[in-house]
Amino acid sequence: MKKSIVAAACAVALGLTLGAAATAQAKTLVYCSEGSPENFNPMINTTGTTFDANRPIYNRLLEFKLGTTEVGPGLAESWEISPDAKVFTFHLRKNANWHSSKTFKPSRPANADDVIFSFERQWKDTNPYHKVSGGGYDYFGDMDMPALLQSIEKVDDYTVKITLKEPNTPFLADLAMDFASIQSKEYADALLKSGHPEQIDQEPIGTGPFEFVAYQKDTSIRFKKFDGYWGPKAKIDTLVFAITKDPAVRLAKLNAGECQMAPYPTPADLPSIKANAKLQLLSQSGLNIGYLAFNNLKKPFDDVRVRRALSMAIDKKAILEAVYQGAGQPAKNLIPPTLWGYNNSVVDYPYDPAAAKKLLAEAGLPDGFETDLWAMPVQRPYNPDAKRIGELMQADLAKIGVKAKIVSYEWGEYRKRAQNAEGQMVQLGWTGDNGDPDNFFVPLAGCNSEGKPAGNNIAKWCNKEFQDAVNKAATLPNQADRAKLYEQAQAIMHDQAPFYFIAHSVVYLPMAKNVSGFKMSPLGDHRFDEVDVQ
Amino acid sequence: MFRFLLRRIALIIPTFIGVTFLSFVLIHLVPGDPIEVRFGERGIKPERLAELRHAAGLDRPLWEQFLAYENQVAHFNLGESVTTHNPVWQEFLTLFPATVELSLCAILFAIIVGLPLGVIAAVKRGSPFDYGLMGLSVTGASMPIFWWGLMMILIFSVGLGWTPVSGRISDAFYIEPWTGFMLIDAWFSDDAGAVQSAFSHLILPTIVLGTIPLATVARMTRSSMLEVLGEDFIRTARAKGLSGFRVVVIHALRNALIPVVTVIGLQVGTLLGGAILTETIFSWPGVGHWLIESIQRRDYPVLQGGTLLVATLAIVVNLGVDLTYGVLNPRIRR
Repeated sequence: MKKSIVAAACAVALGLTLGAAATAQAKTLVYCSEGSPENFNPMINTTGTTFDANRPIYNRLLEFKLGTTEVGPGLAESWEISPDAKVFTFHLRKNANWHSSKTFKPSRPANADDVIFSFERQWKDTNPYHKVSGGGYDYFGDMDMPALLQSIEKVDDYTVKITLKEPNTPFLADLAMDFASIQSKEYADALLKSGHPEQIDQEPIGTGPFEFVAYQKDTSIRFKKFDGYWGPKAKIDTLVFAITKDPAVRLAKLNAGECQMAPYPTPADLPSIKANAKLQLLSQSGLNIGYLAFNNLKKPFDDVRVRRALSMAIDKKAILEAVYQGAGQPAKNLIPPTLWGYNNSVVDYPYDPAAAKKLLAEAGLPDGFETDLWAMPVQRPYNPDAKRIGELMQADLAKIGVKAKIVSYEWGEYRKRAQNAEGQMVQLGWTGDNGDPDNFFVPLAGCNSEGKPAGNNIAKWCNKEFQDAVNKAATLPNQADRAKLYEQAQAIMHDQAPFYFIAHSVVYLPMAKNVSGFKMSPLGDHRFDEVDVQ
Repeated sequence: MFRFLLRRIALIIPTFIGVTFLSFVLIHLVPGDPIEVRFGERGIKPERLAELRHAAGLDRPLWEQFLAYENQVAHFNLGESVTTHNPVWQEFLTLFPATVELSLCAILFAIIVGLPLGVIAAVKRGSPFDYGLMGLSVTGASMPIFWWGLMMILIFSVGLGWTPVSGRISDAFYIEPWTGFMLIDAWFSDDAGAVQSAFSHLILPTIVLGTIPLATVARMTRSSMLEVLGEDFIRTARAKGLSGFRVVVIHALRNALIPVVTVIGLQVGTLLGGAILTETIFSWPGVGHWLIESIQRRDYPVLQGGTLLVATLAIVVNLGVDLTYGVLNPRIRR
């Protein structure tokens, strides 16, 4: 029966004129997104794709100001920090209305109960929603919230007090991250009563600039402008995420006018995009770092002279030209220059094979040595082709007598082995989460008080002076004071050369000429709050 | 006939067990598990990893996991996706109509175009048309789908602007999924523009997915027709003075169709395999697309359940073909 209906439909449609019927509707923006979100809860999932799909819907206590890593007001209009940097008091705005849907009509705006519910859902296993949608609040755990939080209290309907166990200023930036999105307690209670709690993460209700309309897996997500939004109202009426996984197809859709924005182009397509008069190409330094870590636990990398020699033996310029093809900038520090606290006075090691060979001889290795050089099996935002970079490094190192064997594993296995310090020279990288330098230094080069390196510190490098500076910076409330300490930490890191910094990638966003008001975020996210289409 | 049917159905059970076993073993041979894959550079603390793996039952011995899965399947429960936490059944049923729609259109295209081409090639055997067609069909059957798809997009969508690039319907339309078949849903939306858009979105994927079956159908029709055209009853028909058209279409084609029907049935496997690539290229939200993603995410329940459902489909179609063949040719039943 179905077959005959389809056949009939096919046959009738044959008579219709060919050609796309993409009739542009007024103020609709189609964004060719790169994948399907896991669901509509940014607390549970950790991918940028899911975060992008949720950002139009939800707000957080604090928000990153559009196009910056600066933290500003969100659902909280203002806040105070106690002098010991342990108690944070947030004053909520009173006009943050909740969206409504076919099944839910809110009776009140967002208040302290919602904030407490949203944190307790992730924090306490006694919360009835803790295990809903599989539980597993990875980001909440990653940002050390369970260890950091002492209590969250409601002072009154529109005041929340969060007390920490120890002073921690980067905590403010954490609150602007996606995992700290605020869900409606009233909606949660209603769903619990109806026996469908999982719907909270499938038919989301938020306070953001766009209301969720519909989601069709692997097809599209539709949002509409929320007229009751507390902030400046969105300029477009409808926002559509057209899910298109292949970058070549995304670009083709952009060229054909089927979407107005197509993120994550391949570097090879950049020249044709730049040459296309119908398109504009935005770019922004990525909040990331691609590096080669020297395993300080293994000989001869425990000798700083060897690490410096290798740093001088690799031609960074050649790697950037051959592999990044204009989509990267050379790195000399662990943090990218877009981040506050960046130490620009650090002078990168020059490419000087003769000096490198001399230094290696001083370290007692005049004939070089044999080692392995790890290359990730996958493309990452900070490293488009680790194998190719590995080959270029291998050739450079051979010139000073270092014979490097390229090694690779399946991606999960690769990370596990790298964290277990199995490699000698390992390529890896990092993408920042919250625009705080602490978010780079602590996970990537941090060690605990007993001198044990953090899991992601794959160079296994522990330096007391560096650690003291970084630890102290996390307790100071003043950003300028913190920045000085981070600059100091970068100078120490440069001197000790535990990593060879390769590049910070540049992120590109091609879009149609008729789109305006979009600001690229250094955090790599996509927000449509002020976007307009002519 | 009844015993034949029973015998064929009894053979399905070991096939199912084999399919579940193979898909289970293959996905477990791939390093990494669904928990580890979720964490990028950030990694995961060993104690948290152990906790999550325990919760998902991944710390149990493999044979125990396999038996538990078989038991679950025997109770018609395919589990839920580890990434979306939706039941596998529900996700399959949401996406399957898109695959069926595309596959049906592709096979219809292959039959409508392939059959006449095969017949003409057989009638004009040895002519430049015959050689040209057979050359083209070899090319078609060996065409890499991803390349062919991208070429079609570049030429017809980007270059000429005749067809849309990807998806099932323009984003200007929002069609409530009712049957899951976009053409039908668009039809019932009473919006001619939506039907036109849904149809135009089907053209390129149908051609790309239908190319290999088209080549196979054309070649099979040609060889089967050549065989039949040499039979005595055709000579008799011609001797009776029947028109060439009648001889070819009524007498020869009808008899030549039996092996062609079998081949068309067997194309289901090719179509489902091809759909995985075609759906990826054209962002066609079907089960192929879904399975590829489940491999990347090591979503064991989706991959195992999805493979089982697709295999079931192939088995049922093959059983259907066997039974039809048994009806057409009673000697097979023995």
